[in-house]
Amino acid sequence: MSGLTFDIAHLLAGSLVLISFMMLYQDRLFALINVFALHAVVLALSVAWQAYIQDAHHLYITAGIALVFKAIVIPVGLHRIIQRLGIHRDIETAVGIGPTMLAGIGLVTLSMVLMLRVTPEADPLAREDLAFALSIILLGLLVMVTRRNAVSQVVGFMSLENGLVLAATGAKGMPLVVEISVAFSILIAFIVIGVFLFRIRERFDSVDVGALDDYRGERR
Amino acid sequence: MISTVALLLCGPAALLGTAILAAAASRHAAATRLVYGAALVISAALLVTVAGHLAGNPGEVSAITLPLGLPWTGARFRLDGLSAFFLVVVNLGGAITSLYGLGYGRHESAPHRVLPFYPAFLAGMNLVVLANDAFSFLLSWEFMSLASWALVMAHHRDEANRRAGTIYLVMASFGTMALLLAFGLLAGPAGTYAFDAMRTAHPDRFAAGAVLVLMLLGAGSKAGLVPLHAWLPLAHPAAPSHVSALMSGIMTKVAIYGFIRVVFDLLGEPAWWSGIAVLLIGGVTAVLGILHALMEKDLKRLLAYSTIENIGVIFASLGLALAFKANAMPSAAALAFTAALFHVLNHSFFKSLLFFGAGAVLSATGERDMEKLGGLIHRLPVTSFVFLVGCVSISALPPFNGFASEWLVFQAILLSPELPQWGLKVIVPAVGGMLALSAALAAACFVKAFGITFLGRARSAAVERAHEVDRWSLAAMAVLATFCLLAGILPGFVIDGLSPVTLSLIGDRMPVQMAEPWLSIVPIAESRSSYNGLLVFVFIAISASLAAFFIHRFASHALRRGIAWGCGFADAVPAAQYTAVSFAQPIRRVFGGFAFRARETVEMPAPGALEPARLKVDMHDVTWEIFYQPITGAIDFATERLNHLQFLTIRRYLTLVFLYLVILLLVLALWP
Repeated sequence: MSGLTFDIAHLLAGSLVLISFMMLYQDRLFALINVFALHAVVLALSVAWQAYIQDAHHLYITAGIALVFKAIVIPVGLHRIIQRLGIHRDIETAVGIGPTMLAGIGLVTLSMVLMLRVTPEADPLAREDLAFALSIILLGLLVMVTRRNAVSQVVGFMSLENGLVLAATGAKGMPLVVEISVAFSILIAFIVIGVFLFRIRERFDSVDVGALDDYRGERR
Repeated sequence: MISTVALLLCGPAALLGTAILAAAASRHAAATRLVYGAALVISAALLVTVAGHLAGNPGEVSAITLPLGLPWTGARFRLDGLSAFFLVVVNLGGAITSLYGLGYGRHESAPHRVLPFYPAFLAGMNLVVLANDAFSFLLSWEFMSLASWALVMAHHRDEANRRAGTIYLVMASFGTMALLLAFGLLAGPAGTYAFDAMRTAHPDRFAAGAVLVLMLLGAGSKAGLVPLHAWLPLAHPAAPSHVSALMSGIMTKVAIYGFIRVVFDLLGEPAWWSGIAVLLIGGVTAVLGILHALMEKDLKRLLAYSTIENIGVIFASLGLALAFKANAMPSAAALAFTAALFHVLNHSFFKSLLFFGAGAVLSATGERDMEKLGGLIHRLPVTSFVFLVGCVSISALPPFNGFASEWLVFQAILLSPELPQWGLKVIVPAVGGMLALSAALAAACFVKAFGITFLGRARSAAVERAHEVDRWSLAAMAVLATFCLLAGILPGFVIDGLSPVTLSLIGDRMPVQMAEPWLSIVPIAESRSSYNGLLVFVFIAISASLAAFFIHRFASHALRRGIAWGCGFADAVPAAQYTAVSFAQPIRRVFGGFAFRARETVEMPAPGALEPARLKVDMHDVTWEIFYQPITGAIDFATERLNHLQFLTIRRYLTLVFLYLVILLLVLALWP
């Protein structure tokens, strides 16, 4: 593998991690969704680059799915939901930006140390890719944990899925079936959670998951 | 030609069919008769089949694999000497219990809670004995446990029965978990769950030790080894009496079968110290079991505790067999092993007989508390006679069967000086002393059980109105009493019948008893010791008849009526007779201090006050307090602390999962 192809793959995967960090400090929902759309675009680019250098044409389909669904359909849908619910002005982080960023740095360090330790004999591209993918997954979880609002938890969950797709495409010879199933699972999760949100809206007049706790008889 | 084991499997299948039919029609008037009749016929058919197999070619092994259970594994079943012997125990007990149930079951207040589970319980026990792979063994074992649990819960309106059922369920799950782990270790990393494969694979010493400990926990909790016996005296008496007889007389034997199957058959050559653990636990179980029995005043609970004692004797004998086998002393090992199996058979006879007797007393008087019985020998003459036979047998008095098997156990203990290890040389006689003590205490215990229940005068009005029980029950008890006598005076037949089992598991057998003159039995050689039950029986019969004859011939024939236990008082009230508690008082004073932390206090009234002085006895169940209370306390504490985890927000749950993941990754990253 020549240096340039490796560098570009590295650059794209690294940008995904960077965009995950950007998600951590967005405290408005519209901004968060826009960053998520950017995340999906870079993911699509990265997958397409992998398809090019691995000469695996089926990965172009995965890239297309990522671009169409994650970068366009889902963000537009979420925008609509937020407008319909009228929650676009909510500030909804549960933990301060500073500690969150520090925790994110720690998680990236952890995944680097771990992956470089356990895969010393793997293909260097796959190795770096896996380390980045694990960072993205952990950062996605961090987004879910530090947000109160159900919509931003959905966004965190989907950025986590992006990390999974990155890991799957980085490994050579992963069959297409897997990517399609992953993409569809996200779509289905989106639909289910969307329905879920509207039901929350009807019952509790809020999308804050704290309302569920009130419903269970708990006060904070 | 259909193989014997396939033929035998039809039995449990028929029993399960009966169970399903019974569930459908249990409220029908004739259901009781039909279910017990069917169980009787099926058990008898199984018994005849096994007997035919044993008479024809006892060493023959017959195996079958059925396409049931786990895919690609199948369910394996097998009939060999050991399982044939235990099938005889199970089905002989099952047949006689069904005969008893034909009469006793008519008094059942809730037959629809008993009838469906009774044949299922019998089927479960048969399947455990026939199983030939770990999966079918555990499945049948759990089936047996659950069926017996349902029978324990038959009278679930009673708070005490519900508690017994809960404790039984917990202990049964614990035991099955131990068995599961033991089979996991035996199967090894390859996961060969067939017994045939386990037999050829020899685990290393650590694994073998762990399997032994797990079997002691798993089979021991079902059999009632101390300190895992806590459920037994609660659950066995809670069931209807004939089911108590099955659980105490037969199901504990199925547990012993499981222990023998794994430790003697699958585990290969034992280490010499494995005998020590089994011996010591057996000895302690025997002594503590019978001490508890002595303190008891509930007739059925007394019998349940006495079961624990007998299980202790059997396990001590098995431990002895292990020790001899490990030291390549096959003839001594064969003696100890035969003694254990013989006691298994005998205990199934007399314990069933005694529980039947207790059931007869219960159905005649409605009372289990011995302090309210008394004088029943006048009301229930046949029951009291057969109960006496059971008491004499279990007290190991010649010429009955209990003596024959316990004598063999002690003969094996007397061979211990020939063992090479000093540890065993010291421990075996000590365990022998414990067994001797428990034998003596057992005699005292059954003097009490018989004397307080059947002798003296009635202590309550219900007893005075009691009538003899029905013929089915009497027939079942009479059959068992006959077996007790026959096995006692002709033990040679039984010992020779056991020789294929010892040959296959120990590699040697006791001398051929049928070849001895005058039907004597000889453990090792005639020059050392021999016992002739028939001779003792004839001597006792002749001397007793002569004594009776001389007394009747020469004593005064004048009829005198006096006050029983007059002792100078005009008319003592029945409550002033010896009671169960007062009979046990001397023994409680000797052993109660360490075994029960018993404390007696006398409350004297103030001078001039008119209320009576009171003697209060404060006793503790020490095993419960040492082994069970810390566990329940810890569980309560932990659940109390963890309770608030149930009421977290969704985000906090996510955080917990996230933190756990990060910690796992950290461990992976920092692991050297």
